[in-house]
Amino acid sequence: MCRALAFLLLACACSEAPASSPEAGRLAEPRSEPSSESVDLHGEWRRWADTPRLRERALASLESLPRFGFGRKATAEEIARIDIDVMPDGTGLPEGRGTVERGRALYKNQCVQCHGADGRGADYDALAGAGAYTVGNYWPYATTLYDYIYRAMPQAVPGSLPPDDVYSLTAFVLHLNELLPAEGTLDRDSLPKVEMPGRDGFVYDDRAGGSELK
Amino acid sequence: MARPGVFAFGSPTGAKIRFMSEVSKKRRALLAGMAGGLGAMGAGNSRPLAPDDPTKLQGPPPTEVGERSPFETPRRTVMKNEPSSSSRTPLQDLTGIITPADLHFERHHAGVPRIDPERYSLLIHGLVERPTIFTLADLKRFPSVSRLLFLECSGNGGEALRDPKADLTPQEIDGLTSVSEWTGVPLALLFREVGALPEARWFLAEGADAAVMTRSIPMGKAWDDAMIAYAQNGEALRPETGYPARLLLPGWEGNANVKWIRRLDLAERPFFTREETAKYSDPLPGGRTRMFSFEMDAKSIITFPAYPAKLASRGFWEITGIAWSGRGRIARVELSVDGGRTWSDAELQEPVLPKCHTRFRKLWSWQGEPAILVSRATDETGYTQPTREDFVAVRGVETRYHFNHLRAWKVSPDGSVEFALV
Repeated sequence: MCRALAFLLLACACSEAPASSPEAGRLAEPRSEPSSESVDLHGEWRRWADTPRLRERALASLESLPRFGFGRKATAEEIARIDIDVMPDGTGLPEGRGTVERGRALYKNQCVQCHGADGRGADYDALAGAGAYTVGNYWPYATTLYDYIYRAMPQAVPGSLPPDDVYSLTAFVLHLNELLPAEGTLDRDSLPKVEMPGRDGFVYDDRAGGSELK
Repeated sequence: MARPGVFAFGSPTGAKIRFMSEVSKKRRALLAGMAGGLGAMGAGNSRPLAPDDPTKLQGPPPTEVGERSPFETPRRTVMKNEPSSSSRTPLQDLTGIITPADLHFERHHAGVPRIDPERYSLLIHGLVERPTIFTLADLKRFPSVSRLLFLECSGNGGEALRDPKADLTPQEIDGLTSVSEWTGVPLALLFREVGALPEARWFLAEGADAAVMTRSIPMGKAWDDAMIAYAQNGEALRPETGYPARLLLPGWEGNANVKWIRRLDLAERPFFTREETAKYSDPLPGGRTRMFSFEMDAKSIITFPAYPAKLASRGFWEITGIAWSGRGRIARVELSVDGGRTWSDAELQEPVLPKCHTRFRKLWSWQGEPAILVSRATDETGYTQPTREDFVAVRGVETRYHFNHLRAWKVSPDGSVEFALV
């Protein structure tokens, strides 16, 4: 048991076993570096390419350990209660519908104090405008807005907004960034289709240590 | 054995037992006398009292929880933004490599939640054969591992690039890094336990704070060396470092080491959460932005001599500091006393551990000449800490995270020390 764990967790702490250390492996294996391509949802990345090898190594090192059976089965209801994440393809988006118009009213009540009139920023981040790193010029996916507002906003009562309100606020923030017209609406089908101007600027991390500064 | 209100002196006969009250009276008298003495020595300040001769006064008895000497008051600096969301480790006050848990840096996105360990649970679901809920007791029942690791916020050092000032301290420059001994269960073991499917390439890590903090983590890190940690420096995690359990990703940027971990969702693709798109992404020259930049590049900083310390006289001084890399061990730390024109190797204090601070030191004979002290770390992959110029050429001045260029300290003939860049 101890041996298996020691191997797994201390592989990198053990200079006598360079072949098994990920750092050494990374240096030894030439990889194609997708440094200049933008992030592609269906693309490959070196960390994905490493996964099968690392999985195999970990499972082999744990082979001598029993399956412990600790913990209990999670029911579908238990999972649904806290599984709130939303992906760029819309996976995880709930039923519901929002409008820019409703979002405007909600924004005035819930958001304007921190994010300023028209989302130009106040105590907290600017959401729109010419400033750096706004939804309109930086964020790669519109679904992230829904995910974040639903889980963490508004700051005074986090996680308190029902899906219709979150769709409406998402719609209004996109409208502030001229990505949705004043009469625009959003739901689980239309939100993932919003094309974000910042989308193509992102590239995967291509740093890998060694002598090259990146 | 002591009884409440009583303590015994170590007499072989056990005869000399005095009551606390008698001792207290005597101590009060002594301290009162001493206060007068201190007054003469320069008073008005709040310097703690101490007897002139500690061999003539019995000390206080044992206590259930210790505290620092009243003469030692290391403090985190709490950043002033409202509401404050970070505090920094007093690097200049520490020796060796361990950070006392109560001085570990903080970075919270919605404050520090209070979580009852008996109601805590961790859900692992998604691309697994058996979606499972683990209690804290379940997690602690698995075979455990302990490891000394640094944890560094990837925003650490931003002021050194953007707003360098002569009166910055090591704490203000780089205090968002700390080292602890972390104990927990290997994530690979938990993932094997729930039957993680081979097609899982990423997992979402989600915290139970009011930000419900989320990051997408490559599965390879779980299979490599990640853990769910529940203890730090020999005791339960502090609330501000993730009590009762957190994700720990050795060598990777602090934010991805999600605290108060409540859920892991295994998937084929990243989730592209706010914290890995709008935040914690690195704009590069040419309009590109690097994302998922997890590994912390090799870095070092001299913690003495450093502002506000002053060299009191000419002669021998030990230059010392810390170096670390998210990619493995520190292989070498070089020091310069002439602003980087000439370099010589510093001694590395054992243990030199991967993904952990390494203490370096070198004896320096200072004869009152102006000097510019610089440290330069190289890790075992051959990566060397860049100059500011080289760093900016590659990353641009707009870069938002991962500030690891060289730091320097300018020593003046009067012994004063100021922060500088080379």
